[in-house]
Amino acid sequence: MIGLVSYIVFFLILSLIFGVAVLGLNLQWGFTGLFNAGVAGFTAIGAYTMAILTGPARDAVFGGFELPFVVGLIGAMVASGTGAVVVGLATLKLRHEYLAVATFGIAVTIQLVCLNWEYLTGGTLGLIGIPNPSKAWADGPLAQNAFYLGVVLVVVGLTFVALERIVKSPWGRMLKAIREDDVAAASLGKSPERVRLEAFVLGCMIMGLSGALYVAFIGYVSPWDFLPIVTFQIWTMLIVGGSANNRGAILGALIVWGVWTMSGFVISRVVPSEIQAQGGAMQAVLIGLILVVTLLIRPRGLIGEELHVSRHARS
Amino acid sequence: MILQHVADGILSGAIVALGAIGLSFTMKMLRFANFSHSELLTWGAYSALVFVAFFSSFGGFLDQTIGPFSFGPGLLLAMLCACVATAIIALLLHRFVFDRLSRMAGHMTMVFASFGVALTLRHLVVLIWGSDPIYYSRELQFAILLPGNVRVMPDQVFLLGLTVVVVIALHLFMARSRTGIAMRCVAESPDLARASGVNVDRIITWVWAIGASGAAIGGVLYGMTVQLRPELGFSLILPLFAAAILGGTGSLYGAVLGGLIVGLSENLSVMIIPTTYKPAVPFLLILAVLYFRPEGIFGERSR
Repeated sequence: MIGLVSYIVFFLILSLIFGVAVLGLNLQWGFTGLFNAGVAGFTAIGAYTMAILTGPARDAVFGGFELPFVVGLIGAMVASGTGAVVVGLATLKLRHEYLAVATFGIAVTIQLVCLNWEYLTGGTLGLIGIPNPSKAWADGPLAQNAFYLGVVLVVVGLTFVALERIVKSPWGRMLKAIREDDVAAASLGKSPERVRLEAFVLGCMIMGLSGALYVAFIGYVSPWDFLPIVTFQIWTMLIVGGSANNRGAILGALIVWGVWTMSGFVISRVVPSEIQAQGGAMQAVLIGLILVVTLLIRPRGLIGEELHVSRHARS
Repeated sequence: MILQHVADGILSGAIVALGAIGLSFTMKMLRFANFSHSELLTWGAYSALVFVAFFSSFGGFLDQTIGPFSFGPGLLLAMLCACVATAIIALLLHRFVFDRLSRMAGHMTMVFASFGVALTLRHLVVLIWGSDPIYYSRELQFAILLPGNVRVMPDQVFLLGLTVVVVIALHLFMARSRTGIAMRCVAESPDLARASGVNVDRIITWVWAIGASGAAIGGVLYGMTVQLRPELGFSLILPLFAAAILGGTGSLYGAVLGGLIVGLSENLSVMIIPTTYKPAVPFLLILAVLYFRPEGIFGERSR
C-alpha cells in the first residue's frame, strides 16, 4: 500500500513538472500560434541555472552558490527568459515551419553547449548534489516526496491561475487575435511582433521553471535529459490534452506521462531483460502513435479550446 | 589537411543532398516541414540490409565484391529494392497520415504529425534491428591516395559517382518528361496546375516516391561509407533542413548545392571551432540564410 502511494506521489511530481512546461508551450502555441520546437532547450537553461545557483561549490566548475531554492526558481526563469529574448529577436519574424526548424536547431545547440562546456555545465557528467528543499522539512523518502509534491502543486497552481488571468485579460485576447490574423490585429493598432516576443519569452520562462523544479527533485542535471525527444513528449502532451486550454495542458501531461510510465512498467515486467533497450523503444513508438492518432481522430485534443463570444457581441 | 576536409565535405554533402531533394520538394509542394523525412534515410539503409541478406543467400556472383569496392551486385540490387520499399513507406504515410491531415486540418498539424511519425519510425528501427551499429560488409578496403595527400576510399568514389548520376537523371526527368514538367507546375501553384488539367494527386505521389528513393539511396550510401545506426537519419535532420532551405525549397539544384555547402561548411568548421560543436553548424547556416535571403539561393521571391 505504502509502495503504491509513494509511486503515485512520485508519478504526480514528474507529470506535474512536465505539466508546467506544457503550460508554457500552451501560451506560445495554443494562444499565440508560435511554433516552438525547442522546448527541451529552454527547460535545459532553467535546469542548469538551478543547478549552478543552488548546487554545492565544486572545483574547476563555475557556480555552486548554494543559494535558496526560491532564488534558484527565479534565477531559472530569468535565465531562460533572457535566452528567449535573444532567440525571439532572431527568429520570431519567421513563418511557422521555419520557426519550427530554427527553434529545433536552437534546442540542439543548447544541448551541445550543455554537453561540451565543462566549466559551466560539468560536461557529459552533468552536475550532481543539487539540494532538494524538502530534505530540510521532512524525514524519510515518502514524506519528502509528499512535501515536494506540495511545492510542485503550489507552483503549478500559481502558474495555472496566472496564465488563466493572463489569457482572459486584454493582452490575452490580443494573443488570440494575432494567432488568428496578425494583419487584422496590426490594423487595429496592435504590434504583433512585440506581443509575439512577449508571449514567447513568458512561455520560455515557464519552461525554465519546469526544468528547475525537475533538477531540484532528482538532485542532478545531465545533458542527456534534454534531447529532442523531450520536446516531442511535451508537444504530445499539449496535443492530447487540447491546445489553447490550460486544463487540457495539465490533463495531457498526466495522461501522456501516465502512458509512458505504465508502458515502461509493463515492459520491464514482460520483456526479457536482455532486450530491455528495445523495450524503451517501444515506449517511444507508443508516444509517437498517440500523437498521430490523436491528430487524426480528435485534432482538438481531449478538452480543446472553449469558444468565447464577447459579451458586447451578444443579443 | 584542408584538401582532406574539402574531400570529406563533398562526400558527406552528397549524402545530405540526396536526402534534401525529397525534403525540399515536400516543403514546397505539400507546404509543410516534414521532420520525419530524415527517418526515410534510416529506413532505406536498414531495409537494404534485409535485401542484402536475401541476395547473398543465393551466393554466386551476387555475393562477390566488385573490383576495389567493399560491395557487389547484391548491394546494388538491394539498394534498388530499398528505394521501392522506402517509397512504399512514404506513400503509406502520405495516404494514411499526411494527406488526411492536409484535407481536414492545417499545415501545422502535419508538422506535429511528422514529429510523431519520426518518433515512431526511428524507434521501430531500434525495436527490429537493435541499437548497435551494423555494417553491410566487413570487407577491408585500401584508401586511394589522391594528389594533395587526400585519402578516399573506393566506396566513397562510388558514392560521389552515383550521386552525380542520380542528380543528372533527376534533372533530365524534371526538364524533359511530362510528369517532371507537371511537377514543376505544382511547385509553382497547385491550383493553377489543377486548372490546367494536371492530376495533382498523381504528381504528389511522384514527389513522395522520388523523395523517398533519394532518401533511401542516401541512407544506403551512408551505411556503406560510415555505418548503420538507428539515429542515422535523425542526426542528419538539421543538415537536411539546412540544405533544403539554403538552396530554396522546391529546387533540385538548390537542394544539391545546399547539401554541398552544408557538408563543406561542417567539415571545414573543425578548423576554427571544436569538433564537438560541429552539429551546430547547419543550424547557424539556417539562421543566416533565413535572415539574409529567406527564399534561399535558387528560390524565387514570392510577393
